[in-house]
Amino acid sequence: MIVKAVISIIAYLVLAPLVGGLLAGLERKLSAKMQRRVGPPVLQPFYDVFKLFEKEKMAPTRFQDFYVLIFVVFVIASGLLFFAGGDLLLVIFTLTIATAFLIVAAYSSNSPYAEVGAERELLAMMAYEPMVLLTAIGFYMYHGSFNVRDILASDTMCLLPMLGIFVGWIFILTLKFRKSPFDLSMSHHAHQELVRGLTTEFVGRTMGLIEISHWYENVFLLGFVFLFFANGTAWGWVIGIVVAILTYFVEVFIDNTFARMKWQFAFKASWIIAIVLGMVNIFVLYLCY
Amino acid sequence: MSAYVTKSPWVVHYDGSSCNGCDIEVLACLTPMYDVERFGIINCGNPKHADVFLVTGSVNEQNKGIVKQIYEQMPEPKVVVAVGICACSGGIFKDCYNVLGGVDQVIPVDAYVPGCAARPEAIIDAVVKGLGVLQAKRDAMLEQKPAEEAPAEEAVEETAEAVEEVKEEGGEE
Repeated sequence: MIVKAVISIIAYLVLAPLVGGLLAGLERKLSAKMQRRVGPPVLQPFYDVFKLFEKEKMAPTRFQDFYVLIFVVFVIASGLLFFAGGDLLLVIFTLTIATAFLIVAAYSSNSPYAEVGAERELLAMMAYEPMVLLTAIGFYMYHGSFNVRDILASDTMCLLPMLGIFVGWIFILTLKFRKSPFDLSMSHHAHQELVRGLTTEFVGRTMGLIEISHWYENVFLLGFVFLFFANGTAWGWVIGIVVAILTYFVEVFIDNTFARMKWQFAFKASWIIAIVLGMVNIFVLYLCY
Repeated sequence: MSAYVTKSPWVVHYDGSSCNGCDIEVLACLTPMYDVERFGIINCGNPKHADVFLVTGSVNEQNKGIVKQIYEQMPEPKVVVAVGICACSGGIFKDCYNVLGGVDQVIPVDAYVPGCAARPEAIIDAVVKGLGVLQAKRDAMLEQKPAEEAPAEEAVEETAEAVEEVKEEGGEE
């Protein structure tokens, strides 16, 4: 048991940034193809991060980089808890703390652009957090345990009984990945009304660390998608991994076909989805299981 | 070893006082027709993330400070490209009462792109030339790092001393 957990922790630490970076590279390639461009090499995100580490150090306040470091540590820790088979609630709370520190880092810079980005990130958090909690509760209602280990050991696929929660989770992934229409706080595209929003004041190495932790975060958020398909057999693993990767590219597709919406829409839409799909699904689970 | 900065030069673009002809050509570089993203070039719009500073149009009394500020906010290694004849020398606006001339009157310029308006091919060519300068600056950074840090600390101490002196003088009054 412990050996298994240690192996998956090491695999996560090593493979997650590689997979996350490759996914980001493929994303940029796919976006380029959708706009009839050639696009950058698939390894471009790695070049970008290596470049950021070559740049001069610069920070408006020395506390900023400290907060960013805590953000990185907590993002990686939440992924570790998840892949070690830990408690889903703990995973979610650790990730929330990580995001909170990113917001504090942006606030600490005192830059108006970073502050507007931080405020929008807070609103985005308020929008997606209910659905994240309902997802964990849904897993508990079905499997009788919050532990990822127990969910993986289950012999039934929980996709159909938890279909509403699955759709809701996919919906808030757009917010979590910061894709259009909900890339309110920052974006990888050339929306420039906020300069770079949340990340405006992060320079060089700090920005590189944020990129890497986003790769970690993306991989383990896709891990949640995988959980819906795990049924203890090899087929469950294959289907889960394929659907998790497909989900990422569906998000890229959505990203390229929508304009950015206002935060009011993001907030209303995700709460309506959480209440209608999430709560109804939880109620059904309560009646049936 | 070739620096990664040459593989992902991010661009920040500032329009001095041009007629917008060169700005449109800069934006044309980003379109599917020229697609500079295939070289890893992104128009990031944030001086703190940028490696290449594209300036179009001449520098005048109004925007002199802004050009300087954007340049100072960019972390090293960085490169400045003057796009269009106005950014190179002031162009037809050279004799205007408020125009100082080309961008090099205010900040050091590494590559010049003449033309009215500059062609997208020429702009891309200049950025690629700039990559060589970026590489050289990165190498210089690696060599001079210990030497560079020492005077910076001295300067901080000097400033602190100066501030204290001023405070003491204020107290005497």
